[in-house]
Amino acid sequence: MIDTSDPAFWQGLVQVLLAGTGQTLYMVSIALLVTIIVGLPLGVILVGTERGGILEKPFGSRTAGMVINRLLDFIVNLGRSVPFIILMVALIPVTRLVVGTFIGSTAAIVPLAVVAIPFFARMVEIAIKEVDGGLVEAAQSLGATRWQIISKVLVPEALSPMILGLSTTVTSIINFSAMVGTVAGGGLGDVAIRFGYQRYSPVHMVAVIIIIFGIVMALQAVANHFARRFARRSGPSSTSRVLLKTPLSN
Amino acid sequence: MISLRSISKSFGLTTALSDVSLEVATGEIFGVVGQSGAGKSTLIRTANLLERPDSGTVIVDGVELTALNERDLRASRQRIGMVFQHFNLLSSRTVQSNVELALEIAGQPRGTRRLRAGEILELVGLGDKAKAYPSQLSGGQKQRVGIARSLASNPTVLLSDEATSALDPETTRSILDLVANLNKELGLTVLLITHEMDVVKAICSSAALLEKGRVVESGTLVDLISTPGSRLAHDLFPLGPVPDRPGSTIIDITFSGGSADRPVIAQLVRDHQLEVSILGAVIETIGGNQAGRTRLELPGSAADREAAIADLRESGLLVEIVGGAA
Repeated sequence: MIDTSDPAFWQGLVQVLLAGTGQTLYMVSIALLVTIIVGLPLGVILVGTERGGILEKPFGSRTAGMVINRLLDFIVNLGRSVPFIILMVALIPVTRLVVGTFIGSTAAIVPLAVVAIPFFARMVEIAIKEVDGGLVEAAQSLGATRWQIISKVLVPEALSPMILGLSTTVTSIINFSAMVGTVAGGGLGDVAIRFGYQRYSPVHMVAVIIIIFGIVMALQAVANHFARRFARRSGPSSTSRVLLKTPLSN
Repeated sequence: MISLRSISKSFGLTTALSDVSLEVATGEIFGVVGQSGAGKSTLIRTANLLERPDSGTVIVDGVELTALNERDLRASRQRIGMVFQHFNLLSSRTVQSNVELALEIAGQPRGTRRLRAGEILELVGLGDKAKAYPSQLSGGQKQRVGIARSLASNPTVLLSDEATSALDPETTRSILDLVANLNKELGLTVLLITHEMDVVKAICSSAALLEKGRVVESGTLVDLISTPGSRLAHDLFPLGPVPDRPGSTIIDITFSGGSADRPVIAQLVRDHQLEVSILGAVIETIGGNQAGRTRLELPGSAADREAAIADLRESGLLVEIVGGAA
């Protein structure tokens, strides 16, 4: 049983919370990094391979474009519809292949990234769809290559809604990271379950909630700040206006 | 400078352009007019192959664009500037940086870009706005940035897609003056499309009328004015509907060049004793020349009227009988 009057309890609490926070931040930040690296191009390809998009005919074939578009769309939908707890377990063979083990914080990054990538890719897709087609045309009239259109026009112009999408993505990675205790991934969620729930320690529970809430709030504030800064320049697009008003939820 | 030869383009079942041919000579400002849906936008976008025609040939500055691969086409596009109705500026970049975009795409080094962008912004009268963002500019200023961007890599040709249609009349005027100046100073060939006859009147030396994807009329304004029945000429000098006046003949007289300052009415009164009344008149300066159209009502006997008309025609005026008894 817990004894809050015991100084060892408080020492233990601090240790456990620090370790949990560290693991959560580690898992979330690496997963986020992977998510951006994979999700951003994925989102761009999703928009580009649509009819009339700039990657409409990869390798000179519209069929290839359509196939890529459908395939990615299917994968993204699949990734988004499978419940995380199932995905995590189903991915064990893949995780083993990538990380070498399926237990621990590092291993937990794989399912976290896998669930966040399709989510973020959709956000990128939506943000880029908002960019006025006239801008692409202007760049084409200047003789821009596809890569120049993506890197100099589409991504910079969609930055504000993309940052907000990223903030929503992080929130959901944090959310899912609470479940990785299942594969011994640790983190704050694990602390809440093992100490708060299984050992009946409301102190642990409340502390975890406060820390997670603090992290999410801080991230959201940073994201909103940058999104506003880019949006102010641009005259906010309708998406970023909507996203700025809606509290970010997972 | 720009040759569009037998251009056809359809979108699904709708035909946007059918067998359109246009020749734009070096250094001229050529205006294509037509109502919305006539195919103007499609036409101008074929000139740099933003829209690839289903058939036909596009030649700009001696290069057959329709025969180029993508890489060479991109290089050629850098020599063809284009400005848009809605400016199409990048909101995430400053004015300076928007202009530099053209040079970045062309692969110019940073130093050259900065220098050239400053120079060209000065040329369009926006030297002091280099650090502003597009959202801080007025419509006219935005279009100046658009023009600066299109000219940054020294094109020989400028395509203007309804560049003044989103602007108020005064701003339109100043943008047209700018285009006319650039045409003179840089020897730039301009192909523009518009639905406003005023734009043609203000700066074009040649024009074509596009209707349902076909060129109905085309030529220099001076020639068009002296072509009987020219619809472009009628639109340049709108005199409104012809009133119904039984017992008299209504004629439109077109003046251009030397005939513009001839005392025609005095001549009719003096030589034919006809009590002419003026129903309408328009005078414009077109291509630096006075040109105009006057609608007159000729009373009197049929023989007198005929004699008067014959006389006017003989003196080299373009006379069209538009109403009343002949």
